[in-house]
Amino acid sequence: MATGDAILSVDDIVVRFDTAEGPITAVDDVSFKVRPGEFLSVIGPSGCGKSTLFNVIGGLLSEHEGVVSVAGETIDGPHKSIGMVFQEESTFPWRTVTDNVAFPLELIGAPRDKRIERARHFIKLVGLDGFENRYPGELSGGMRQRVSLARTLASEPKILLMDEPFAALDEQTRLLLGDKVLQIQQSLKQTTLLITHNITEAVQMSDRILVMTYRPGRVKRIVDIDLPRPRSSEIVTSAAFGRYVAEIWNDLREEASRGMQDEESHVLHHQGAAP
Amino acid sequence: MSDAVISSTRRIPLSVGPRVVGIAGLVAALLLAEFLIQAGIVNRFIVPPPSAVIVALYRIIVSEDVFGRFLRTAGECLVAGVLLTLFGVVGGVVMHRFKLLQQACETWVAAMAAAPLVLLYPLFLVVFGRNIWTIIMMGLLSGLPPTILKTIEGMSATRKVLINVGRSFNLTATQQFWKILFPAALPTIFVGVRLGLIFALINVVGTEFLINYGGLGALITDLAERYDLAGTYAAICFVILVSVVFFLTLEKVERWLRPVD
Repeated sequence: MATGDAILSVDDIVVRFDTAEGPITAVDDVSFKVRPGEFLSVIGPSGCGKSTLFNVIGGLLSEHEGVVSVAGETIDGPHKSIGMVFQEESTFPWRTVTDNVAFPLELIGAPRDKRIERARHFIKLVGLDGFENRYPGELSGGMRQRVSLARTLASEPKILLMDEPFAALDEQTRLLLGDKVLQIQQSLKQTTLLITHNITEAVQMSDRILVMTYRPGRVKRIVDIDLPRPRSSEIVTSAAFGRYVAEIWNDLREEASRGMQDEESHVLHHQGAAP
Repeated sequence: MSDAVISSTRRIPLSVGPRVVGIAGLVAALLLAEFLIQAGIVNRFIVPPPSAVIVALYRIIVSEDVFGRFLRTAGECLVAGVLLTLFGVVGGVVMHRFKLLQQACETWVAAMAAAPLVLLYPLFLVVFGRNIWTIIMMGLLSGLPPTILKTIEGMSATRKVLINVGRSFNLTATQQFWKILFPAALPTIFVGVRLGLIFALINVVGTEFLINYGGLGALITDLAERYDLAGTYAAICFVILVSVVFFLTLEKVERWLRPVD
């Protein structure tokens, strides 16, 4: 893909951390590009540096090598073009659903009636109409994640960056929320980058899937998902879907095994070192 | 999507049941005390019967200007409460902001919270004289440490993801404080203000008692010196009333500032 086609370019990203056991390379020479309107998932085993990569692209982690650019503009820190949805529950418990979603509009100084109108639009988009005046504490985990999603969408980012947003939810809710995200992504033609460790979720939603290696996190390969759109969670029953899942699991199994062995040797090492 | 509404943290108004049980428990305790005293099991010259305290309530209202004294003590507590909220919260925020200051002073503040500061009243008498400011400053001094400590705790305990949400929206430091840190810390700050008010009320009444000046504390000294036990206990009931009024008001303010947890 030519650089000019990409709305998001991630080039030669390297992230190293100093730990008690010496420096470790969490992400090593990761490069990829995302086209406008594309849904790209980054998948890898635990510890492969997915969340580190999320923080680098979102501008929350500045100590790295390499360049992240949006529509050709190099970014260094949080950027209005990138909207982030976090893995942890991140709604503001002291604000109603409407006020949560209106938060980014409040920051740009939009008048209150305009804010409310726009917030209601995005609340409806994520299917939470009727809950506008509720507080997050009164909602289920899935509903709260939809509030977070609506809040990020309300800032109208060019790129939606999500870090395992459904990780804390049960499988059924996760599939149904996946449908909702797909609907929104397709209706807004929203460029989306999803960080996940869930193969089903990645295949259900993505145009392409970037598979990462276990530590240090490198790009193992990029898989094109040639499944028809519009998609819904019903696609999980199709044979083609199953083939993609198997293909990606083949790539991931080796990495996940390495991760597991690494963790086990870590535990043994610490137990051996313990008095 | 059929997500269920799984929980409600909106404060539910106290239903009739708990109120009835609470009042019935109090009445039962008073009746038990009355019985023990009337039966001679508890010495009436040490603890007056509740019936005598109830009679004394009316007597001290009429003859001891209780309402004036009540307002005076409540006024002192209010001024001490406003000052400790202001200085305590600002102090906590500043200490949280400047880590060196926090590391240098937090232990001292914690030590102050545990110290019997009421013993400093002679120093305050010298500095401010035998007047209302000695009483207010004693209340303020004792209420500051818990307010400062809880403010620091609330700020430090703000979930990192909320701060990251602020960062992802490119908030300035001021916006980050007012829109995320402060509202997130508010419930813990209110715990600190409540604790501070308890300490302040104890010290305000205690100082009034010790220097025999001002409101209900001074009245308790007078009545105790006259060996009017029933009157003394009746005056203590009014001190409790000051406390109740403050806590109910504080709860309203907290609900107004933050409708849910």
